[in-house]
Formats: sequence, structure tokens, C-alpha cells
Amino acid sequence: MTDSATSSSPFPLETAAHPERLRRVAIDPVSRVEGHGKVTLLLDEDNRVQQARLHIVEFRGFEAFIVGRPYWEVPVMVQRLCGICPVSHHLAASKALDRVLGVTQLTPSAEKMRRLMQYGQILQSHALHFFHLSSPDLLFGFDSDVRQRHIVGVIEAHPDIAKKGVLLRKFGQEVVRATSGKRIHGTGSVPGGINRHLSPADHRLLRGDAAQMVQWSLDAVHLTAQLHAAEPALYNRFAAFDSNFLSLVRPDDGAMDLYDGRLRCIDPTGQRLVNDVDDQRYLDLIEEEARSWSYMKFPYLRTLGREAGWYRVGPLARVQTCDIIPTPLAEAERQRFLAWGAGRQVGGSLAYHWARMIEVLHCAEIIQTLLEDPDLREGEMMAPLLPPGERPGEGVGIIEAPRGTLIHHYRVGEDDLVTHCNLIVSTTHNNQAMNEAVRAVARDDFDGRDITEGLLNHIEVAIRAYDPCLSCATHALGQMPLEVSLVNADGSLRDQVLRAPGGTLQRPSLAG
Amino acid sequence: MSTAHPHHAPAPPPYPALPRRKLKVATCSLAGCFGCHMSFLDIDERILQLIEHVEFDRSPLTDLKEVGRCDLGLIEGGLCNAENVEVLRDFRRQCHTLVAVGACAITGGLPAQRNAMSLPHILGEVYQQREGLKTGCAIPNDPELPLLLRQVRPLHEVVQIDYFLPGCPPSADSFWVFLTDLIAGRTPRLASGPIRYD
Repeated sequence: MTDSATSSSPFPLETAAHPERLRRVAIDPVSRVEGHGKVTLLLDEDNRVQQARLHIVEFRGFEAFIVGRPYWEVPVMVQRLCGICPVSHHLAASKALDRVLGVTQLTPSAEKMRRLMQYGQILQSHALHFFHLSSPDLLFGFDSDVRQRHIVGVIEAHPDIAKKGVLLRKFGQEVVRATSGKRIHGTGSVPGGINRHLSPADHRLLRGDAAQMVQWSLDAVHLTAQLHAAEPALYNRFAAFDSNFLSLVRPDDGAMDLYDGRLRCIDPTGQRLVNDVDDQRYLDLIEEEARSWSYMKFPYLRTLGREAGWYRVGPLARVQTCDIIPTPLAEAERQRFLAWGAGRQVGGSLAYHWARMIEVLHCAEIIQTLLEDPDLREGEMMAPLLPPGERPGEGVGIIEAPRGTLIHHYRVGEDDLVTHCNLIVSTTHNNQAMNEAVRAVARDDFDGRDITEGLLNHIEVAIRAYDPCLSCATHALGQMPLEVSLVNADGSLRDQVLRAPGGTLQRPSLAG
Repeated sequence: MSTAHPHHAPAPPPYPALPRRKLKVATCSLAGCFGCHMSFLDIDERILQLIEHVEFDRSPLTDLKEVGRCDLGLIEGGLCNAENVEVLRDFRRQCHTLVAVGACAITGGLPAQRNAMSLPHILGEVYQQREGLKTGCAIPNDPELPLLLRQVRPLHEVVQIDYFLPGCPPSADSFWVFLTDLIAGRTPRLASGPIRYD
């Protein structure tokens, strides 16, 4: 099936000239990532890669069914977009709805409790990603035995590393529980403020562990730095490319800020393409394109267009777009990281892991400092809200989620019901970058070689570096008519869909 | 109660520890958010104990792409596309005991909010009528994308389910009690404490 939208693609290896003559190899599902995605490669008779794509096959329609709900349900509903970073959606929605209700300044207690929740969440998500999902590749090697290449293998071979990882994640989850009532899908943040303080018991518990967590985070940064030092050629070369980088930064000094800030985008030389723009104006900056072969859209800077305007988000972007990390240990480690690039952008995909652990350290430091603040345990929780009719009714909430910049945008009617919802989730910003990473590996490692399980894992290693949130897998369906019947447990037919030649869908009626 | 006379008692027969076979467990996420897998990992350091008794087959935590013969399958998420149905049927064939984990698997959960809406309407709204979208975009349609079901369905409508672990997500303690009961050969029984229905 040809597709005029993609055959004109400016991206090498995105679309083969004659796909029908090529051999298809699939990585399905991509494993050790959140949810499921799929990679397809099309190879010619000499095993040369002619096309490589990462397909995101998830479609759950949140943007559509949020519409019509009362606004106060939204911060709780949207957490179900993701169980690894529910807090990011909880807070991005809350921030957008603060604006909807006319709240531009939270109370000190509300702002600090939300920040504590956010930094706890990033710490736990980063620890999970590095130790549970990615460390097997880095500690055992990309081609290592598939029977060992998982968290249980790490626990057995490196119990000290694994245990610290498990306990770091536990601490982050406990911070989330203490601020939101539940480790996953809590309810601590509400539009306009928060609904609880930190209890004395939780305060004691977290404060007791904080210094240990800073130390273990520092150990984790050193581990990633040592991995780079041990194999510099690999870490510099693997899935490496230049790109623009986008993140929020703090307005006054350009410092890293994972909860709030202004949008900044830099090019590969460090020059600013987007110079600290108000987050409410994201639509002026970013345009998205839908392509036929993925449910995930492709965003880019409007001014530069789809070819030159795509960018990367997440830890690798954040440590390089910001001017400083505002905690001392993490900033010192950031300087070591920047020195690795020797004045150039650090662009290798594997550098995401190092940058991610620097952020873990930053989160641990911030949490330790915040826990000394009495505002967490007392003070006003809610800012005053404007009555319907006086409130703006529209708002954008942007936050730095573990995987990168996360945008929520809502409009709410005077009857309190949501009339519009637009989400650009972090992994979407990295869609083009992940596809570039897949193609870089295919080009550098695959051409002319026999395809083995270990070799295919190289592609997954590149995708994993971005810590993508994917969901829902597929097998090869083939370009042929296809029938799917959904049968009840008792054998009766419940639903049936057909894919006709050409790709259109038909649904025979279920008469009787 | 017998009294022990060490000098006269017969030597105990050799009683080698039986090589205990580990419980083979597969896990999977369909149309869900991965929160149930996260809650499972919220058993924290108890995972060190668990892996003495459990071996993972296909799971998002391993690189096995196909499910093999397993004692236990844990599935989170509902059915939203043809691929979900295939994977579920595969798990049912391969797993002795199959568990629907969490709200989405048991009822369809939040993704089932789309059931009241027409699919073409939702797709058109998201891929064609959005602000900030390049003009002229089409709804994704490619053989590599699985067919969407008209409505999101719970698992028990399609295959036999042996246990339901409720919650959004189920608590870490309910995973723990459930698995340790099974490992010990007991029928899992959750007290009201670890169960939640949110």
C-alpha cells in the first residue's frame, strides 16, 4: 500500500521505495518498556535495511471521552493514561485547571506539596526505568543471554545494585503515597490547590531516609558515568545524532525546574530556537502531524517545519537546555556530564541514562530540602476560586514528566463540564527521535549481517533509552483482507470486524 | 508427645530436600495503563523473596516475545483491539490459571468510557480536527496497526477467567497475599483489608 503522505518523507529509511519486494522482520512487542510497541524492518535480499519504523499502536481516545466530564474529575481520570507516571498527568491537569479557574498563584503549602509529589514521582520512575528495565542491557551487554537479561538476572548477578534500585524506587513511591494518599492513582492535587498536608508520621519516615537516598542516587550517577568511561566509543556512537532539545526552564535564571517554567528549545549548537516562552502559548510554537502508520503523532516547531523542527525531550534535553541545576551535587555531576561533550551537544541516545540518574540525584536533593519546610505540614491548601462567568475557562498545564515535557490543555464551560481537551504526552515529542534512533542502529549495526535475537535487541536498547510509554501490541496482520471475530466465553459471536483490501474497515451486522 | 532418646533412636532416613520447581508466571498489559504492573512491583524488596519461588515467562519485564506453558498468567487491561484478543487467547491456551488484574481487565475500566461514542467520530476528532494539527492529516490506517474493536471489553467476555484481583490498581499487598497463597498451595483468600475497588 503506498501512502503519499509518507512516501514524500524527508527522513531516510522511513519509507522504502518498493516495500512489496522486501522481507519483513518485526520486533513485537518491544519489551522492557511501558506497554507495547512494535518495530518493523524491511530488508532487501542482501539484508540491507530499506525501511525501519517504530509503530505506536495504542489508541484509547482519552482526549475524546474527557469531554463532557465535570472538571474536578479530570486530574483523577487522566492518571489512568499511565501507571508509571500518573502523578505527571495528575499535576499537569491540575495546573491547567488552576488556570481555567483563574488561579495563577497557588498557596505556598499547595505549591510545595505538589512539588514534593512530582519530585518523588520522577525519582521512582527514573529508578524503575534504569534498574528494572534498562540495566540488564548495560550490565550484561546488548547481546547477552535472553534468559538473564531482566531484573531477576540483575538481582542474581548484582544484588547490591538491584537492591539499591528497588529501595530508591520504594522511597519515591512512598513520597507519592504520603502526598497523594496512594502510590498509584492518588488524589492529593485538586484544581486550585491540594487536599491534604504531610502527616507527622510520614514526615518522620521520609526525613529518616532522605540522606541515604541522596547517597544511593550519587552512586547511581557514578555507575552510569563509569559505564561511559569503560566504553566511550560505544556510548558516543550508539544511536547518536544531533537534534534540537526542548524543556521547561525556571523563568528568572534558566534553572532546571521539573514542576513549572517557560518553554525553551535549543539547537545542536546550543543556540536558542525558542527563548523562554510562556507555557500558555504552546500552540504558537508546536504543530503536530499524523502519519498513516502510527497512532502517535509527530510534533515539531512550527517555525522550522517537520523536517528541521523536530526535537528531543526528557533527561538528555533537560540537562542541556537548562543553565544550571539548582542543587549542588546534581549540578556538579551535570558539569562532569557536559565535559564529556567537550563543548558539543551530548547526542548519543545512551547518554539519556546518565542524564536520568543526574535527575534522580537532583530529585533526592530537592526532596531532602523540601522536607525541612514547615509549609508542608500546615497552611492554606486552596487558593480562592473565581465564580463561573468570571473565570477564564481555558488553561494549559505543562510539566516536566519523567519522560519529558507534558502538555495538557482544557476548556471548561460555565456548567463546569469540559468542552475541549488536547494532550501532547512526553513520548509523542520523542516520536521522531525514537524513529531516528531505530534507523541509526539499523544503518550502523544491521546492514548485511544475519539477524539474530541479540542484534534485534540493539534496536530495543536504543528505544529503551527514551523510556517510552507505549501500549497495546499487535502481531503481523499482513496487507490482506482480515477478519476478527470476538467470541463470548460461551461461544456466541459478540463483535466482528473486517479489513477489506485497501485497508477500509467493515462491520457486518450482528443480526440475531 | 514422644520423648527423644538419641542413643536408641533409629537414624532418621535420608530426606533430601525435594528440588522445588518454581512457579512459572507470565504477565501482560492489554488496554491498560501499566499501573497494575507497577503496583505488583510495589511489593518492593519482597521481590527478592518472591523470585526464589517464581520464574517469569513472557512479561514486560523480560524479553520473551511468546508466552510458553505457564502455571499462572496475570493480565491487566481490557480488550480494545484485535491484537489484545489474540494475546489474551494465547495466554488462555498456555496458562493453567488465568487472573484478570485490575479495573480495566475486569470491567473495561476507564478506556471503556469510549464505548458510548462512535469510533469514527473519536478518530476524526483526534487526528483531523485538533487545533495545532497540520492540515490534511488522515486517520492512521496501516496493516501494521491492529484493528480497533468498536467497544472496549472486559476479559471474561472472551475467555474463562479463574481469579479476579480488583482495584485501580490492586494493592501491592493483594498481589503479595495472592501469590504467596498460590505458592504455598492454598486457595488464595484476600481479607477485606488489601482489596480495593477504586
